[in-house]
Amino acid sequence: MSEAREAILGSIRTALKRGPLSQPERQQLESQIATPPHHTRPHFGDDLARRFAAKLESRAATVVAVSRMADASGAVVDYLDRLGLPKAVAAAPALENLEWPQGLAVRFGRAETSDQVSVTPCFAGVAETGSLVLLSGPSSPTTLNFVPENHVVIVRAARIVRHFEDAWDLLRKEAGGIPRTVNVISGPSRTADVEQTIQLGAHGPRRLHVVVVNG
Amino acid sequence: MQVLSPQFKPRATLALKDASLQAALGKARGGFVDKRAAAAAELPEFEQLREEAKAIKEHTLDHLDFYLERFEERVKAQGGQVHWARNAEDAQRIVLEICRKANAKTVTKGKSMVSEEVGINEVLEQEGIEVIETDLGEYIIQLAKEPPSHIIAPAVHKTKAQVSELFHAHHSKLGLTKVLTEVADLVNEARQVLRGKFFRADVGITGGNFLVAETGSSIIVTNEGNGDLTQTLARVHIVTSGIERVVPTLDDATTFLRLLARSATGQETETYTTVSSGPRRPGDPDGPEEYHVVLVDNGRSKMLAGRFREMLRCIRCGACMNHCPVYGAIGGHAYGWVYPGPMGSVLTPLFVGLDAAYDLPNACTLNGRCQSVCPVKIPLPDLLRELRHMQHEAKLSPWYQRAALAAWGFVASRPRLYHALTGLAVRALGWLGRGRGRFGYLPLASAWTKGRDLPAPQGKTFQEAWRERRGKSS
Amino acid sequence: MTSPVPAGPRIGLFATCLMDSFRPSVGFAAVKLLEDAGCTVEVPAAQTCCGQPALNSGDFATTRRLAKQVIETFAGFDYVVGPSGSCMATIKNDYPQLFADDPQWREKAEDLSRRSFELLSFLTDVLKVDRVKARFEGTVTYHDSCSGLRELGVKAQPRKLLATVEGLKLSEMQDAETCCGFGGTFCVKYPDISEKMASDKVANIEASGAGTLLGGDLGCLMNIAGRMKRLGKPVRVFHAAEVLAGMADGPGLAEPEVR
Ligand code: SF4
Repeated sequence: MSEAREAILGSIRTALKRGPLSQPERQQLESQIATPPHHTRPHFGDDLARRFAAKLESRAATVVAVSRMADASGAVVDYLDRLGLPKAVAAAPALENLEWPQGLAVRFGRAETSDQVSVTPCFAGVAETGSLVLLSGPSSPTTLNFVPENHVVIVRAARIVRHFEDAWDLLRKEAGGIPRTVNVISGPSRTADVEQTIQLGAHGPRRLHVVVVNG
Repeated sequence: MQVLSPQFKPRATLALKDASLQAALGKARGGFVDKRAAAAAELPEFEQLREEAKAIKEHTLDHLDFYLERFEERVKAQGGQVHWARNAEDAQRIVLEICRKANAKTVTKGKSMVSEEVGINEVLEQEGIEVIETDLGEYIIQLAKEPPSHIIAPAVHKTKAQVSELFHAHHSKLGLTKVLTEVADLVNEARQVLRGKFFRADVGITGGNFLVAETGSSIIVTNEGNGDLTQTLARVHIVTSGIERVVPTLDDATTFLRLLARSATGQETETYTTVSSGPRRPGDPDGPEEYHVVLVDNGRSKMLAGRFREMLRCIRCGACMNHCPVYGAIGGHAYGWVYPGPMGSVLTPLFVGLDAAYDLPNACTLNGRCQSVCPVKIPLPDLLRELRHMQHEAKLSPWYQRAALAAWGFVASRPRLYHALTGLAVRALGWLGRGRGRFGYLPLASAWTKGRDLPAPQGKTFQEAWRERRGKSS
Repeated sequence: MTSPVPAGPRIGLFATCLMDSFRPSVGFAAVKLLEDAGCTVEVPAAQTCCGQPALNSGDFATTRRLAKQVIETFAGFDYVVGPSGSCMATIKNDYPQLFADDPQWREKAEDLSRRSFELLSFLTDVLKVDRVKARFEGTVTYHDSCSGLRELGVKAQPRKLLATVEGLKLSEMQDAETCCGFGGTFCVKYPDISEKMASDKVANIEASGAGTLLGGDLGCLMNIAGRMKRLGKPVRVFHAAEVLAGMADGPGLAEPEVR
């Protein structure tokens, strides 16, 4: 395999009419990676939370706001009631400390095929497109984001950033390196592969419900 | 994949007569164009982003060796593996070996044009491995045993009725015997069938829209979430990607993501953007145990040197084909290989040969619409003309065409002779045709008169008439 | 447009090969429009064709030979103007590229490029003509030919002038910017595909309800008119210059001489 590797790198260098880059040149490129040049970002107004919600809704997600973290689980129950779903959810272990109401069966861990509803936290929200940034980890299984038909995401309003680049900055600062999976989710699953007709729930969740916690 | 590009002409003619295909193309045409235009108009920074994206790609290509090595180093540090494939055979062998080691019986796949290019499915199937395409469009054409006809909407050539028939024929065996006519029901049935496959899969193969050198990540973008189920539920995740897909940083990738969805489907963003960096970490409750990236060269490093380097900027958004009137008339299959439309007409001759794909660069009116929408500003018409030039130099065009061109060139470089001859011809044609104003048939012009009349000339050339009116002075 | 327009500029009319052979009336219309705007117009006899058929067939050597002929023929004119976006885009954009490796000719090509213009945009953008004295009764629709549109930015200029023609109403068609399937040699190399594209164009023209089709490029107009007649459609076809010069009273493209 290393033979192929050398062949490809060699062929690239032949095409570029040069040998391997010198140490200072590599250093220069490394420092560009460490401090990425600032690219153009879309301009928009300052009400990030509002834009975040409006964008999500424009892609058929539903959004509610609650004032404290303690109310988030109540919002989950409301959601189940509204859709007439059984009072059982699979939740990310990261939410174990949330006060969960009586009468709601909560199982913490990865998703199983029988799960109808999942509840997960989220690392950040992005106002630019109304997107959720979720990280994989021991307390936040990725399967919860894709297997159940209903995905409820709890996001703190304070974690809604303006652009994607801001979310990456948080990631670099707080998460201590990139996790195995970063899921950027901007609505329920959809397809337009049959005659360009949009149909929700192609493979992933049919419904995405976002609970914004203001406090 | 079999190369059918030499049969471009007859296949195009068949496509024009295929009523179902024409119906499907008719439905698709306006949608993509209008949605892209609206999405671009909504973002005032769109043009600026195109310039920047082009610059990022050019910078990356200039340092491609560095960024690939940087990417590899990061992937390894995170417990993943990187494999280098010089050509299709290398890539097939690598994927097959990984699948063998994993003792794979079932492989699920997210959409990957590179895997089509190097022909992964055939090799795995020969080994007795069940391969399931999970993108709904890819799944449909897999059932139909057809190649994709579009790089982002692989089944765009199929009507709802055809999908319904296909599902009925294949799903009946699974006990799903109802004939479905609604899109919602068709999608639900596919969801139901494919769900089982995701959970059973040993290996999941996806493409990589972008590779990030900064973090050693592969990025995929989907609306369905099929790529995520593919890569999360299988024990082994394989990413197949062209070497040109690497970008320096997450911020750079973001600029492309802003352009990709808007250019491809007119969406502001696609539903799922997934950044994957290595296998399951200690304590992770899910995710693949192995993570492999197959970096495919297959001619790309050679392209880096010459006139076609700009083609390596391509992010496979499909906008060029959505806006191509020739693609809109004949669909993707006539092009005869993996990549159709304008980008395919540039790439295919470079991959399969100037001769085998002779028609592709020629079957273009050079109307320039592709270039005007390409998010990374690839001058597709110029590249197509360059291919024509190479074909001309290699004397690949039909002899009679070259003879006619040479004769015309000879006359056109001799103004006196030219005007004497055109004067005669125009007089004769004018005299013959003025009564009706047009010709329904004309010898030597039958390719023109096959589908349209030829307007008759007015009887004298402009040069003659001008000199008669104004004297010989000028 | 950086240098000021000289008073009574001397124009070399680029008599495109299709215009020269098939529709001299477009040439006379162009001359009238230019003279009305105060120009002196000459028609050099040593011109034949811009070389586009060779260029688009990949025969760059022949193209260079013809390009040199054009460059020499039109040396010395203040401007070179032609009633075709496609030919003028070849001269303006492709000639300099063709001589990328030949500094001497490249400079000449660039000089010619700076002086070369498509007729309708020349009238509005350089000569600042904002109205014409012409009459045309009826509803027209306008096909934007690809080269003029995408390579030279010709879109608003003809519409602006047509709006000043008395009696004329413009009804835009769907997909006015979509290629008609002409494409030079494309239309004879791939006649079936070309026919389909032309048919789509004809359908859009019909749906616009206009009685007349106008455009700025004879290649496209001949293709569309030919397809239209084959399909038995009554819509008439003129080059926009003919209407703007008030010279659209004779037969349109593909129409018999006596109507
Ligand atoms: S050539 Fe440009 S428009 Fe076509 S697929 Fe590639 S990036 Fe998109």
